[in-house]
Amino acid sequence: MAQLILEQTLNGLQFGLMLFLLAAGLTLVFGIMDMINLSHGSLYMGGAYLGAAAAQASGSFLIGIVGAILGMAAVGLVLELTLLRQLYKRDHLSQVLATFALILIANDAVRMIWGPQPLMLNPPAALSGPLELFGFSYPAYRLLIIGVGLGVAGLLYWLIGHTRAGMWVRAGAANREMAEALGVNVRRLFTGIFVLGAALCALAGVLLGPLLAVQVGMGESILILAFVVIVIGGIGSIRGALVGSLLVGMVDTLGRALLPTLLRSTTTPEIAGHLGPALASIMIYLLMAAVLFWRPQGLFPARA
Amino acid sequence: MKASRRESSLEMVLLGAALFLPFALQAIGEDYYIGLATRMLIFALAATSLNFIVGYGGMVAFGHAAFFGIGAYVVALLMEQGIASAWIAWPLALVTATLAALAIGAVSLRTRGVYFIMITLAFAQMIYYIVISLKFAGGDDGLPLAQRSALVPFDLASDTVLYCVSLALLAASLLALKRLAASRYGHALAGLRQNEMRMEALGYPVRRLKLVCFAAGAALASLAGALFANQNGMASPAQLYWTQSGMLLVMVILGGVGKRYGGVLGAVALLGIEEILARITEHSHFYVGIALLAVVLFAPQGLAGLFGLRARTR
Repeated sequence: MAQLILEQTLNGLQFGLMLFLLAAGLTLVFGIMDMINLSHGSLYMGGAYLGAAAAQASGSFLIGIVGAILGMAAVGLVLELTLLRQLYKRDHLSQVLATFALILIANDAVRMIWGPQPLMLNPPAALSGPLELFGFSYPAYRLLIIGVGLGVAGLLYWLIGHTRAGMWVRAGAANREMAEALGVNVRRLFTGIFVLGAALCALAGVLLGPLLAVQVGMGESILILAFVVIVIGGIGSIRGALVGSLLVGMVDTLGRALLPTLLRSTTTPEIAGHLGPALASIMIYLLMAAVLFWRPQGLFPARA
Repeated sequence: MKASRRESSLEMVLLGAALFLPFALQAIGEDYYIGLATRMLIFALAATSLNFIVGYGGMVAFGHAAFFGIGAYVVALLMEQGIASAWIAWPLALVTATLAALAIGAVSLRTRGVYFIMITLAFAQMIYYIVISLKFAGGDDGLPLAQRSALVPFDLASDTVLYCVSLALLAASLLALKRLAASRYGHALAGLRQNEMRMEALGYPVRRLKLVCFAAGAALASLAGALFANQNGMASPAQLYWTQSGMLLVMVILGGVGKRYGGVLGAVALLGIEEILARITEHSHFYVGIALLAVVLFAPQGLAGLFGLRARTR
């Protein structure tokens, strides 16, 4: 039991950190420009496909990662400069329509290029086995993901919290007009944020590629999770995104692993069999509804 | 008043043409298109119900698939239990969706703006996950219908009859919407869209007015869901997933938010474009997406605005 809990906690940490890579970009886009971007999940899907293709072509996982990041950063740049810029001043409904259209386009574009079959992306051979950790074994590749996730989170923390550009970002999230009036070039800043967000999506896509399937529609389910994260954390707050991601990752993973067992010990197996999975899969949505009910601005409100 | 009379006569002409359509299609042997036309009517009803919430009530709800899906699943589950009568199943679908909407709305309406969008989305996703984890509801595979609902004295097994019933329900809803816009309640909703705080100060029970609007839209959506289960032959999880909510919202925005015919125009246009493109290319959604982008950039008022329909709902 202790081993199961430890293993699932690490899994939850790993999932939460990957969610953070997605949520970090999304929360800044949402918080600063008040823009609903449903196509954020498509950037993640695009990253996974680019990474899988580059890794297959080159035979190197590392080249896959670099290729995905550079490729999606370029896509993000083009997207922001040509289309998204026009949407900032529009109402939420127009943004929903436009970015939903982008999902449709992205899904079919991926099908056109790579076909309808899922792509295989193998983890690097050196990391494919388990690793002994204090007397229990855990997949080395998942440890790598945790390491990269922690590294990127630390980097972002430094970037947002301790650099001049980060100060502009925080100022923009707290009050965009005021930041603009004080001479921050919010437009250029935002292009930068969007490109950074796209690169982080791509990184998450490639890293999760070997664990989940690289397939069309992979962005849709994770997008909603990222939204849940940023709403829980408080829209526009990086710290909120980190706390929210870890919370959602843990609650979801531990809930799925432990709830059925827990229910089985308190109710009949039949009820547990029905109720366990249902309850586990809605835990995070319950969490979000509860947070919104008691703290409508999220846990770490960014708006001043 | 001249414009409104011209509008009414245009409506009668359109209704007549719609009634005539299935018989004309049958006469030229293109029965296949009756199914497509029925689907258009059903989604027109669903989109109209969402437009009532978004356009009339001013609430951007992103979880409408929940109520559409509830309608479909109630019909399918009752059919599984041997209850095929539409006179029992459809009202029950309506009641279930209304109760769900009252519960969801009561919590969600405490939030506003972006947070309302997100919390309605969260509730819809909860319902999606609950349904796919219930084994008796068919899980991921959905629940097939053994037959169509029995709507004595009409025989829904005939595609033409299903078409006519869908048309009747859609026409009745549109008529009700017209009456409602002119009623006291409609004017109160219009006031809410303009300035909620002032309405509150005037003594209107703001949250209750919005809750009623939300629940009424949900009830109508469940009816569309019940029809769709019949047309589709099954209730499937896809009807509950958030992309379905997105599609319905796309129809509303495409057609025209707050325009009485917005939902109808959007549903007919979107399904029509999809059908045409699906014949030309395997990747129809790619071009649908581009068309939608063009609408956002060049026709911000939606198709209704493009055609100069002034049936604004004040």
